[in-house]
Amino acid sequence: MKSIKKFDYTILLEKMTPLIAVILALLVGSVVIRLTGEDPIFVYKTLFSNAIGNRDGWGNVLFRATPLIFTGLTVAFAFRCGLFNIGGEGQMYIGTFLAAWVGFTFIHLPALILIPLCVLAAAAGGALWATVPGILKAKTGVHEVIVTIMMNWIAASLTFYLVLLYKASATEAMKAAGVQQMIPHTDEIAEAARLPRLYNIFKFLNIDFPAHNQVNVSFFIAIGVAILAYYILWKTKLGYEIRAVGYNAIAAEYGGISVARNIILAMMISGAFAGLVGTNEVMGFKYRWRQELFTNLGFNGIAVALLGKNHPLGVVLAAILFGILNYGGALVNIYTEGRVPRELIMVLQAIIVIFVIISDELFKRLIRQRRKIA
Amino acid sequence: MLGDVFNAQFIASSIRVAIPLALAGLGGVFTEKSGVVNIGLEGMILTGAFTAVAVTNFAKNPWVGVLAAILVGIFLGLIHAITCITFKANQIVSGVAINLFASGITIFFCWLLFGETQIMVKNNLPIWGLSLPNIGEASTLVRNLIVIFAHHSPLVYLTIIIFLLSHIVIYKTPFGLRLRSVGEYPQAADTMGVNIVKMRYIAVLTSGALAGLSGSFLSLEQAHFFVKEMSGGRGFIALAAMIFGKWTPFGTAGAALLFGFGEALSIRLQGVSAVPVQFINMIPYLLAIFVLISAVGRAIPPAASGVPYEKEIV
Repeated sequence: MKSIKKFDYTILLEKMTPLIAVILALLVGSVVIRLTGEDPIFVYKTLFSNAIGNRDGWGNVLFRATPLIFTGLTVAFAFRCGLFNIGGEGQMYIGTFLAAWVGFTFIHLPALILIPLCVLAAAAGGALWATVPGILKAKTGVHEVIVTIMMNWIAASLTFYLVLLYKASATEAMKAAGVQQMIPHTDEIAEAARLPRLYNIFKFLNIDFPAHNQVNVSFFIAIGVAILAYYILWKTKLGYEIRAVGYNAIAAEYGGISVARNIILAMMISGAFAGLVGTNEVMGFKYRWRQELFTNLGFNGIAVALLGKNHPLGVVLAAILFGILNYGGALVNIYTEGRVPRELIMVLQAIIVIFVIISDELFKRLIRQRRKIA
Repeated sequence: MLGDVFNAQFIASSIRVAIPLALAGLGGVFTEKSGVVNIGLEGMILTGAFTAVAVTNFAKNPWVGVLAAILVGIFLGLIHAITCITFKANQIVSGVAINLFASGITIFFCWLLFGETQIMVKNNLPIWGLSLPNIGEASTLVRNLIVIFAHHSPLVYLTIIIFLLSHIVIYKTPFGLRLRSVGEYPQAADTMGVNIVKMRYIAVLTSGALAGLSGSFLSLEQAHFFVKEMSGGRGFIALAAMIFGKWTPFGTAGAALLFGFGEALSIRLQGVSAVPVQFINMIPYLLAIFVLISAVGRAIPPAASGVPYEKEIV
């Protein structure tokens, strides 16, 4: 055995591209911070040391990572079928509202039934909203990018209508003061529909953890869904077909795989993931639906999926990184008294995306060249 | 009731609302004719809208604001061009990143410079055209004609000129022929000595300039303020207009007018009709989806649109 295969460093480098992209983006970000007249080193130190320096920070990071895992999986799953589902925002709206609706309507059901029912409602709402662009793409060929974006705005209007329909009755205090709801919202969901915070579990295990921390059981649902996504994509016939369509739709069709059917199914599953954001936002945190214009969780899912290379494990890691940036960014905003606005993080995320796709391309070319030489 | 809704004012406002869609859609025509998909139009409109208001308020001159918006659009176009043409990265992802960047950077500077998320325009653009006659029996028609055709912001007339010029440039000049060939069959164009990278750069930078101008119209003229996320999906509706207009300047203008009509209708119906306002707000977006469905099979995109050009090495 003379020819022991030499370890190929380019492959390792290729796997590392997201990390390189993040570092480059942080460097560009420091220029932006400099523009605001602040010290980049101080800002980054504040950002990271507070976010991951203690248990409370970690809890907050995971709480913010949870919805991003869902929306990241949304984009990644559809992408495996060759689809750009950038309608996570709208699918999340419908799923979340539906979860809240079940939660404040069927208030007499026990937790054992109500919690699964709410989770199902969240997934079903998202799946329903994603099926429309899926069917349009499969049956007429209309590009899913434009349709999903239009569906985002329609979802925002629809939930606004529904929240006024199911508006929470004014409290006695509000009636006395004669004030209206500032942000329209529904009634709270039943106690039995709420997901416990992780604090309760830590307390049971005698681990010291702050009670006000919002990280809740939804984080485990997100991890479970990531595993499920992996299982569907790589261990089932459906996943094989979906990936075949994504890799080469014409070849898949020729091989007897229905492209239309797989496009619709992939969109449905992808949308269901987005809808599940409701488990964190409504069942684990606000306990009601509040009407807000886009939270950007759906759009950030695109960045998360890209950074995670459209793999469930990558998505979880990327979501945690974005959780760190989001939470740390909010703290920086407070520490600098608004001199470094938290939107800096959105800018950083966009720069990360651009660097990831550029470095991916560069490494692909590098590897191709190596092979040609060899 | 119909008479109240459809009058000269309504037609004029349809035209006004159509302008940002038409300009951004024309930007889409240029890039896609050259073979590059630009989903980032939305972000370019948003950044243009913010820059126009911010610079106008600092310079106390709306024309400087318009110019700055165009320059910022070109800058974002440059980022898209470098990512997609030079590095041949995924064009849709790059566009999405530009939208994300625009959402963040506009509010970032809004907070930084003004300390709030909504800023009013302090210096308005003038209105050019004929003066309105006092209403008499005979002058009603004259008045209506003036309201529709000759009483607008200078940017409306500029848009019409830009569309005429674009049609001539794309279909009647050697440059336009090269542009179209690069988007249809780049290998052939390359063989004929056309510089594909240069043509695509010009097209993408042009689309950035047009989207920036579109944004400046949106904030300076249509809304008279800037507010977070004010582009409201217009970049994507503009792409729908481009597809419905079969990737031609005049077709896009026609489709933009249709969408302008839909949006003006949704503005006008608010408070008038019994339908809840939230459903009326959906009109432009629903219209875009229906228009796309109806365009299927009739509208054929440039053959190389969205495909990075790889030179064949023998």
